[in-house]
Amino acid sequence: MTADPAGNGHRRASEPGRLSRALASGRFVVTAEIGPPRGADPGAIAKKADLLRGWVDAANVTDNQSAHVRLSSFAGSLLALSAGVEPVMQLTCRDRNRIALQSDLISAATLGIPNILLLTGDHPRFGDHPDAKAVFDIDGVQLVWTAATMRDQGRLLSGRRVDPAPHWLIGTVENPFSPPISFRARRLGKKVAAGAEFVQTQFVFDLDVFERFMAEVRDLGIDHRCGVIAGVGPVRSLRALEYISTKVPGIHVPDAMVRRLRGVPAARVADEGMQICVEIIQRLTQISGVAGAHVMAFGYEQGIPEILERAGVGPRPDHAAATEGSGRAG
Amino acid sequence: MPTRKYLDRIGAVPERRHAGWPTPVTPSVPARTLYRLHHLLEPNPVYRRLAAWLERNPTANRLFTAAEERVKGTIFGCRMCGQCALPATGYACPMTCPKQLRNGPCGGVSPTGMCEVHPDVRCVWLVAFERAEAEGRTEDLSLLQRPIDHRQWGRSSWVNYWQGRDEGMWTSGDGRRQLPIVQRNDPSEPS
Repeated sequence: MTADPAGNGHRRASEPGRLSRALASGRFVVTAEIGPPRGADPGAIAKKADLLRGWVDAANVTDNQSAHVRLSSFAGSLLALSAGVEPVMQLTCRDRNRIALQSDLISAATLGIPNILLLTGDHPRFGDHPDAKAVFDIDGVQLVWTAATMRDQGRLLSGRRVDPAPHWLIGTVENPFSPPISFRARRLGKKVAAGAEFVQTQFVFDLDVFERFMAEVRDLGIDHRCGVIAGVGPVRSLRALEYISTKVPGIHVPDAMVRRLRGVPAARVADEGMQICVEIIQRLTQISGVAGAHVMAFGYEQGIPEILERAGVGPRPDHAAATEGSGRAG
Repeated sequence: MPTRKYLDRIGAVPERRHAGWPTPVTPSVPARTLYRLHHLLEPNPVYRRLAAWLERNPTANRLFTAAEERVKGTIFGCRMCGQCALPATGYACPMTCPKQLRNGPCGGVSPTGMCEVHPDVRCVWLVAFERAEAEGRTEDLSLLQRPIDHRQWGRSSWVNYWQGRDEGMWTSGDGRRQLPIVQRNDPSEPS
């Protein structure tokens, strides 16, 4: 993977982060997720970071996930940095117009957040304030394009100069399982054309559909320009299965997996869910063009090391490097 | 199909739809017809003069804009963003997407193709994809659409089109890296 999708030969002004180096090295990368607290608890992020340090290359800090109010992803990313876990700051178009988005992007770069994940975001309809104004001034693709332009051309959407230009690794998301399925690889291609350097996918539970998606990604040559990190996670109860199948938009759980989880005694569902997750990661490591796995653990962060260990992808090599960002937020 | 009780609980009952959450519209006219009709609208000296005249005559412009709203509202659910993307979206209007996405469907489209915000309505981008695909126009959907100019809401997109203000709305698809920046000259403001 190259870190220069624009092909304009510009060298990065700032040091590439750990995730950027891991993707460039070609080894299987691992990312996870840190959901910020709903409350002014300064220790909440560090507690989750402690569970992940050394096991992941970077951790996403979500931006008011599912449109529920939380500590901001910006503050959460700074806390993760000081806790020694490299953050991927998520930023959505749901709550901010183009002025606020570009401002937050400059702020993130200024305070040393090395990775950003840019997305359209869930509609407020799913959140705790369905009466809120849905902003969506620009869309996720346009946000990726805007960030790449700020970094590579040193210009804002208005055309005005940003000096010095901000630097981050630009990520995005894609859902290979949502109709129109035959358009999803091309849609990712659009984001890569706009400047995305890595992508994290929706949960991969249906490997057949995902393999077809990856074949298209390879045909379009996208995997050489963009690190494809596949979303995974352990479904540890039938209630969780019900929740993700019906309440969370865009997650597809194939019948075979439902049968497998329902087929074991209630006490063993958690183990079976972990086992399925491990098997999926193992399969992913065999798929050409897959750069890594993104573990979303539904609040079971303490189980992530076990999953990774059993799947044969942990702990991270050159772990000491994980703490080099320490104290920058201080 | 989601039950009425469910729609009620999530605040998405069809009769109580509101302008705050746009609702996807499947156009009532086949894409093929519209691709053909588009030629009739292409800018020419007569249209350019008409557009310039309309902009000098507020009353005529209001009537013209109202007529455009009537026609496009009926066929596409047009919301008068004033910068029409229809020729590049299989003639399905992306501004009827609750997130007003200009660059393709979000990841929340249900397995049956329903909108995540209005689960009883088909995703407008899925409709756009199917219409474009049927006419061999899927390449259009790979063009990068630039951010829209929110000052154009309520204005005639036909007048804007004939005046050449739409030209930078999407990339040309020539493979070169292009910028999202649009040079904007607002006709109502001194430049």
